[in-house]
Amino acid sequence: MPNLKDLKNRIASVKSTRKITKAMQMVAAAKLRRAQDAAEASRPYTERFTAVMAQLAASVGGSDSAPKLLSGTGGDQVHLLIVMTAERGLCGGFNSNITKLAKIHAQKLLAQGKTVKILTVGKKGRDALKREFGSYAVGHVDLSAVKRVGYVNAQDIARDVLARFDGGEYDIATIFFARFENVVTQHPTAQQIIPAKFEQAADADVTLYDYEPGEEEILADLLPRGVATAIFSALLENAASEQGARMSAMDNATRNAGEMIDKLTIQYNRSRQAVITNELIEIISGAEAL
Amino acid sequence: MANVQFDLVSPERRLASVAASEVRIPATEGDMTAMANHLPTITTLRPGVLVVVHDGGADEYVVSGGFAEISAETVSVLAEQALPKGEVTQAIYDQMVADAEAALKTAQADAASDDGKAVDAAKALSDTVAIGAAIGLTTRV
Repeated sequence: MPNLKDLKNRIASVKSTRKITKAMQMVAAAKLRRAQDAAEASRPYTERFTAVMAQLAASVGGSDSAPKLLSGTGGDQVHLLIVMTAERGLCGGFNSNITKLAKIHAQKLLAQGKTVKILTVGKKGRDALKREFGSYAVGHVDLSAVKRVGYVNAQDIARDVLARFDGGEYDIATIFFARFENVVTQHPTAQQIIPAKFEQAADADVTLYDYEPGEEEILADLLPRGVATAIFSALLENAASEQGARMSAMDNATRNAGEMIDKLTIQYNRSRQAVITNELIEIISGAEAL
Repeated sequence: MANVQFDLVSPERRLASVAASEVRIPATEGDMTAMANHLPTITTLRPGVLVVVHDGGADEYVVSGGFAEISAETVSVLAEQALPKGEVTQAIYDQMVADAEAALKTAQADAASDDGKAVDAAKALSDTVAIGAAIGLTTRV
């Protein structure tokens, strides 16, 4: 049985851990609000953008002259996996869920004999993939200096991704991120961004638009922006998911620490009482011996 | 006079949502003014100043990149970069010009492969410089 002093120290250390996790939870809650607001603010843009793109893609998509970003290079040999994770840990399964999904995807592609290239965004993803897939890594985007992800960050990543596409480095690009559902649930998601895929809106309410300049020019202008938009919304979803995951992870940690403190306190009190009883027995038996 | 519902959104926020009587849009192929009952049109934007006229007066926004979707009752402008004119400081403007210049340099470097890009970038730069004249800022050269 540990002695009283050890127990006391142990309780003190768990208490300070609880303080830290509690503080982290509160910080994450505040950041989550901001991240959710940012995601909310970007929604009108993304929604309109996708709607217009889907319409354009539907009318131009079939033709031979459709831009490569829409129709693809014709091959599917080389895949670029863009794995977007957080810069920091201590957020539950957030990072590992994303990298796990990416790993499964990569293994499947490799088993099919495809070539895989990996671009990581966020330090945690790079670290997690380094051992197994380090040789496939082609680049890394560091966002650790960025406090709030802005559209410029997405543009930078998109520019890199597009330059590689123009350079013929890959045929298909997929982004991996966690879609935010609520504080306890974040879904790791894989989304193909190049060639772009649009879900056809089933509604018949299609206005016939005049296009100025032509449909194809507009499409060619908008597709690269579409890549940036997709990356931007993935970054925002990721930011919200990260904070949500951290919040619930820290909530759990705080609760665990509380339970541990209770258990240790009971143990401490018991040992204290045992010591007192022992002393009493010694005194009484000493008095009786006289 | 009939009004159109005008929305200006950038990826980061919604800048305006008002009932406007007319919207002057800097489109790629020249400025256009959208009023109620306009023919449904989708056009790309060039860097420029967008003017919205509504009951309370006129608002001006500096926009670049993106497109406008015009229908009989609505005008939605989706701009990659959009700022109310008042928020464009000399520093922001300088940055915009510098970005456009950098884009032109990269495009010129690739000019061998794709000549169209350099032309587009040069046009974007001159459009950006023209914004300065329109809102009373000068290019620091």
